[in-house]
Amino acid sequence: MKLFGKEIQLQDKRRIDERTKVEKLSTFAFVLLAASFFAIPLMWLVLAPFDSDPTFRIKWPNWGLGNFSEMAENPYAYRSLMNSVIFSAGSGLAVILVGAPASYVLSRIKFAGRDAFLYILLLFSSIVTGSAAMVPLFLLSLHLNLIDTYQGVVLVLTGGLIPAAIFILKDFTDSIPKSYEESAQIFGASSFRILKDVVTPIIRPGLAVIFVWSFVQAWGNFLAPFILIRDVNKQPAAVMMYSFYNDGGQAVFRTVAAFSLIYTIPVLVMYFYVNKKYGFRFYGGIKG
Amino acid sequence: MSYVSIEKITKVFPGGVRALDELDLEIKDGEFFALLGPSGCGKTTLLRTLGGLESSTSGKISFEGKDVTFLTPGARDIAMVFQDYALYPHMNVLENISYPLKVRKFSKEEINKRVTQASEALSIQMLLDRKPGQISGGQQQRVAVARAMACTPSLYLFDEPLSNLDARLRLEARTFLKQLQRELGVTTILVTHDQSEALALADRMAVMDKGRIKQVGSPAEFFHRPANIFVASFIGSTPMNLLDGLVNDGKVSIGSMSFDIPEHASTARTGDQVVFGVRPEYVSLVSGPGSGIASGVVKVTENLGTHYLVTADCNGILVRGTAPDGSEPAMGDTVHLKPEPGRSLLYNKTSEDLY
Amino acid sequence: MKSKTIKGSRAARPGNSVLGKGAATAFLSPSLIFIGIFLLIPAFWTLYLGLTDYKLVGIEALNPSFVGIDNFTKALNDPQFLSSLKLTIVYVLGSAIFGQALLGFVLAWVLNELSPRIRNIVELIVIFSWIVPGSVVAFLWFAFFNKEEGTLNAILGVNIDWLLDYPMLSIIIFNIWRGTAFSMLLFSAAIASIPKSHIEVARVAGASKMQQLRNIVLPSARSYILTNLLLITLWTFNDFGPYLLTGGGPGGQTQILPIFIYDSALRYLDFGYGSAIAAIMLFLNLVISLIVLRMSRKGKK
Repeated sequence: MKLFGKEIQLQDKRRIDERTKVEKLSTFAFVLLAASFFAIPLMWLVLAPFDSDPTFRIKWPNWGLGNFSEMAENPYAYRSLMNSVIFSAGSGLAVILVGAPASYVLSRIKFAGRDAFLYILLLFSSIVTGSAAMVPLFLLSLHLNLIDTYQGVVLVLTGGLIPAAIFILKDFTDSIPKSYEESAQIFGASSFRILKDVVTPIIRPGLAVIFVWSFVQAWGNFLAPFILIRDVNKQPAAVMMYSFYNDGGQAVFRTVAAFSLIYTIPVLVMYFYVNKKYGFRFYGGIKG
Repeated sequence: MSYVSIEKITKVFPGGVRALDELDLEIKDGEFFALLGPSGCGKTTLLRTLGGLESSTSGKISFEGKDVTFLTPGARDIAMVFQDYALYPHMNVLENISYPLKVRKFSKEEINKRVTQASEALSIQMLLDRKPGQISGGQQQRVAVARAMACTPSLYLFDEPLSNLDARLRLEARTFLKQLQRELGVTTILVTHDQSEALALADRMAVMDKGRIKQVGSPAEFFHRPANIFVASFIGSTPMNLLDGLVNDGKVSIGSMSFDIPEHASTARTGDQVVFGVRPEYVSLVSGPGSGIASGVVKVTENLGTHYLVTADCNGILVRGTAPDGSEPAMGDTVHLKPEPGRSLLYNKTSEDLY
Repeated sequence: MKSKTIKGSRAARPGNSVLGKGAATAFLSPSLIFIGIFLLIPAFWTLYLGLTDYKLVGIEALNPSFVGIDNFTKALNDPQFLSSLKLTIVYVLGSAIFGQALLGFVLAWVLNELSPRIRNIVELIVIFSWIVPGSVVAFLWFAFFNKEEGTLNAILGVNIDWLLDYPMLSIIIFNIWRGTAFSMLLFSAAIASIPKSHIEVARVAGASKMQQLRNIVLPSARSYILTNLLLITLWTFNDFGPYLLTGGGPGGQTQILPIFIYDSALRYLDFGYGSAIAAIMLFLNLVISLIVLRMSRKGKK
């Protein structure tokens, strides 16, 4: 018989059964293989931090929490984590403060060229990446005296995150009916009142997601602080992690093990939080 | 004395769409006025313009003689109930109802008094601490109305307030709304696409099409004397018979049939192309053929409860009539349909207006 | 008596949205400024710098001169640049297109059929690999690939120095590992968006899994597939990650474009040349974006 213009063989039942068995087995084998591929390297992160004698190899630990106290004694470890918090929270906050008002305007106000603007913004933000723009960003920071400063890195990170944040928030705001604001207008509320009483509370979930997303992006970002920060006391965990195993041949294993886990945990927590509250499965913003 | 006066209101959207075309309308103080029409006719645009949510391109709107055309919505002393109710999800029912009062800076005691009054009038006192997401659609609708009521505005605007309710609830809410408006005595303008709703609720109504008003009048006028073919085909729960014909020597000939010219159409002359209209409710089955009677073969019968809608093919022309339950014909039967004298209407085919 | 204590609202005129012109501009400006400073200026500055011989030290730092397209012609004749370009293309094809996208799709397709419990567990593991911070992932693989103590060698029973002897293969595997989750999730959404009835009609008609895939799933998922390919191509093309694993070596064998730009500009401080490379990269990014956007638009007609 024909389906979509192509011939299909109707299989006889016996072959279907056999086929299905083989299919099932190969599917199972594939899934097992894939899961192992992803799981195995992760095992180190789960086991080594609790191993009093960690090495490169994934092995059953000699259980103990000594690595964490050793890490705590390393001045750079703790400080870099604090720096990461500053960079990430700072970026998250900046993204919301700058991006939310813009998304609101772009969602509610139709002006000539709005759609063209959004399209070009999308295009530009995909093209001008951290790698492509590292030279001018470096020079910019140099000229503005932002090298080796917290604000410099936060600004650069925020700048990179704003376009995507605006897209997602605008999409989210679009889904909120205008009748909320219109009814408040009819009641005589001023613009400020409407934004405060009606708009902000309703947009809050979107803001939370964007904050978390920005935080996580900044938390893991290596390139910006790598280029812009010289002072080792200001380096965030992303760069410090690299320094630990790159500088000096023998990695300081115990500290590295504990450090990688501590550095990873906040991100895991945030992922679970967002997933629980809002469900992760592909958020707006991705359009054909 | 009119409460709302609409003079030559025109609204052209960027892109050239003429949503409102030089509309003139007067709405009396205290009346329940319905704006009816198919989607895209401009009724919602007119309502929003009255509310100040849209600005008109030209024309003037007055409330009780005062020009409000350029006033912001908040300054017009009105309240609006939206189709989706617009209840703020993060506030509970009490906070929702008191919100406009807070904005207008009423005192705490006054707010309490008004909220209590409104929630009792709409029987929602027990819902005050719930959030909108926790109450049913029908309850949400009443909260929206309560919120509007609490402001004691001089004008109510309702944008399809019943469309989101399911059929059963809608009928109950309809009765409730009419009674409420009677009691409050405040001018109310309601937009709907449901003609039975408009007929049931309104004191007077207007039918709109493509930005223009096709007819203004009481529901009875609309039902018995629709002023043009558009209105005739729009109003009525059963589709009206609208048959093309020709005036010939004092009679209207439609195919091989011939009917008397209705009394109102005294200016109809021989040779005029006309449309003969009569509601199926006023077309009954008689025993045999004759003048002024359409004879044909039954194609469909539809059960409407107390009677049947009979559609008959009379030599290629479909004519509809009604037969009481119990005496309905079967498909294929030959029937003779007679329009009740005095209930038929004649329209000029070119102008589409009533003679 | 009806109360008339309504004060005129201060938002301009009827028909306006909540914000007046002034407020709207104020709301939009900060982001416009950020976009101007961090997107527009760098893009054009890169182009400009590429046309100079600006260096951070030496005479050229004090007095950079305009050298026109010299840097660009130098690049096109520079074997190191050409090698870097080739490596980048291999990296993108290998780890993104035939790696992440393919694996992600197969995983999404296969997991769709399995029980929710297994599906959730496997998805969770894959997602973990994605959300672990980049520097940690780099170390995990640094350890995994290690010659003496690496787990990979232990599993395979060999004694290979992966990062030294098979650097490109190593970074490709590394990138597939850390990026597949995105493709998997996207394609899961794509598959979920296909009405079950479509697939069932085909199944009832006797179509095999392969046929269902080819005739129903892939066409429906077209826009998702294109979006996905665009995004991961761009991301991988601009990816600095391998630096953490190999530093671009050994001997430049994994010196993909982002690392090459870093080396030229920020290590050897030849800003002019580095910017020219970056400008070429911007141009290639633009080309990639436009191609896929055009493809996705054609598909919609």
